[in-house]
Amino acid sequence: MRALLLALLLACAGLTAQAQTAPAPLSDRDQSSAEELELQRTLQGGRIEGRITIPNQQAATLIQPAGREWRAFHNRTLAWVGGVAVVGMLALLAIFFFSRGRIRIEGGPSGQTIQRFNILERANHWMVASCFIILGLSGLNLTFGRHLLLPMVGPEAFTAVSQWGKYAHNFLSFPFALGLVVMFLLWVRDNIPNRRDITWFKMGGGFIGKGHPAAERFNAGQKVVFWITILGGGAVAASGYFLIFPFAATDIAGMQLSHIVHSLLAVLMIAAMLAHIYIGSLGMEGAIDAMSSGQVDVKWAKEHHSLWVEEEMGKTPAGAKHV
Amino acid sequence: MARMKFLLDSDRCIECNACVTACKNEHEVPWGINRRRVVTLNDGRPGERSISMACMHCTDAPCAAVCPVSCFYTTADAIVLHDKDLCIGCGYCFYACPFGAPQYPRVGNFGSRGKMDKCTYCAGGPQADNSPAEYTQYGANRIAEGKLPLCAEMCSTKALLAGDGDMIAQIYRERVQRRGYGAGAWGWRTAYRETVAV
Repeated sequence: MRALLLALLLACAGLTAQAQTAPAPLSDRDQSSAEELELQRTLQGGRIEGRITIPNQQAATLIQPAGREWRAFHNRTLAWVGGVAVVGMLALLAIFFFSRGRIRIEGGPSGQTIQRFNILERANHWMVASCFIILGLSGLNLTFGRHLLLPMVGPEAFTAVSQWGKYAHNFLSFPFALGLVVMFLLWVRDNIPNRRDITWFKMGGGFIGKGHPAAERFNAGQKVVFWITILGGGAVAASGYFLIFPFAATDIAGMQLSHIVHSLLAVLMIAAMLAHIYIGSLGMEGAIDAMSSGQVDVKWAKEHHSLWVEEEMGKTPAGAKHV
Repeated sequence: MARMKFLLDSDRCIECNACVTACKNEHEVPWGINRRRVVTLNDGRPGERSISMACMHCTDAPCAAVCPVSCFYTTADAIVLHDKDLCIGCGYCFYACPFGAPQYPRVGNFGSRGKMDKCTYCAGGPQADNSPAEYTQYGANRIAEGKLPLCAEMCSTKALLAGDGDMIAQIYRERVQRRGYGAGAWGWRTAYRETVAV
């Protein structure tokens, strides 16, 4: 009996001794090697995040390797896409101007005019246009300014320009966005794509070859400009509001993405608008009148918007107004 | 010249936040701005560890690379500093920084940022050393006085080391050899593209 008890006791002691010799593994310590974790997150594109005791919860991100990709985008991709888009478009327009020349009204203006855009349409157009020019220049300055303008004017003057550019960029986004809404409401009715637009494109819009395709109030080319302005401008404005209120609605990854969307669409829009500005002024005789006085020459209108002229003439018995 | 770096030994950091407090006090950093912070990973779980993080004064610093007004410069000790008189507060350096170091005082309308503020490695800025103008803009310049950053100097467990990269790496290496373990140097791979081989 005593021997049995002793044996039991020994067995128990053995068990406890065994338990004591096997402490909790220290493997947790080795799992979070700084180098391993950093490499892993860099390869995965993830972040190293933890808990923080200060109110700014953004600061809980210890390391965000995605900054490297954003840097590559900003310094290389954007600079190349923006540079090629803007300079390339200017070069194309120059080639077009020197080969095709100014598109003139055949046989010269008639002297008779017809109202194309009323005062509200023109005022809104110029509000959007003037905002866009300042927004575009101050935006381009953030990407190209330090390579082009900074060496010319020096750091102090360049900072002053960029600082005011930033204020202008922030504040003018509001009239720009408002103008887009008004523009949409004013012109969407006449900008719904239809079958005639296909014919217009097939005939090269009258830019290439002879003869002007029939068009309503807005031809297919103008409809493209309209939708680039509304959709492109809308997306640029929306992504811009994420940037203007930093971290209000998104995190660091969202801010980087907003910047990428904003800047890429913006440089493409600038290229598109350069073409719009060219054809609305230097590139075509009589086109600027539509947006300055609002009164266009009837001959010009018949060439470019034949169906619209017919409709307008039909509306009033007097037809076109004599000047 | 020395190549100044920070090294955080997370096996020693006890999350006391004294480095954060010392930094704020030494430079009279405004409310809402944290040049240094302590992040705790795996909080309350096995493998919990705390890391004190500030600007790492990177090699080929991303902030300097993306700055639209080129306001950053690197000192002879490889400390990354910036000129607040040139900064326009665009926020690009924050998007590029892997460590979330740049801070912006909130001024004016919307989320309009003021001029960026970050850890100066206690080396001030482009103004004359230890002038009142330098102190107002950037805080104390301990480097000009021959002292190291205060956060590391006063760290009670010496978890945070500051100084020449080779020297602090050697101190860390000896520690790891003596105690038999070490999580490694946090942020070194990202900031300096090297690790502390033990």
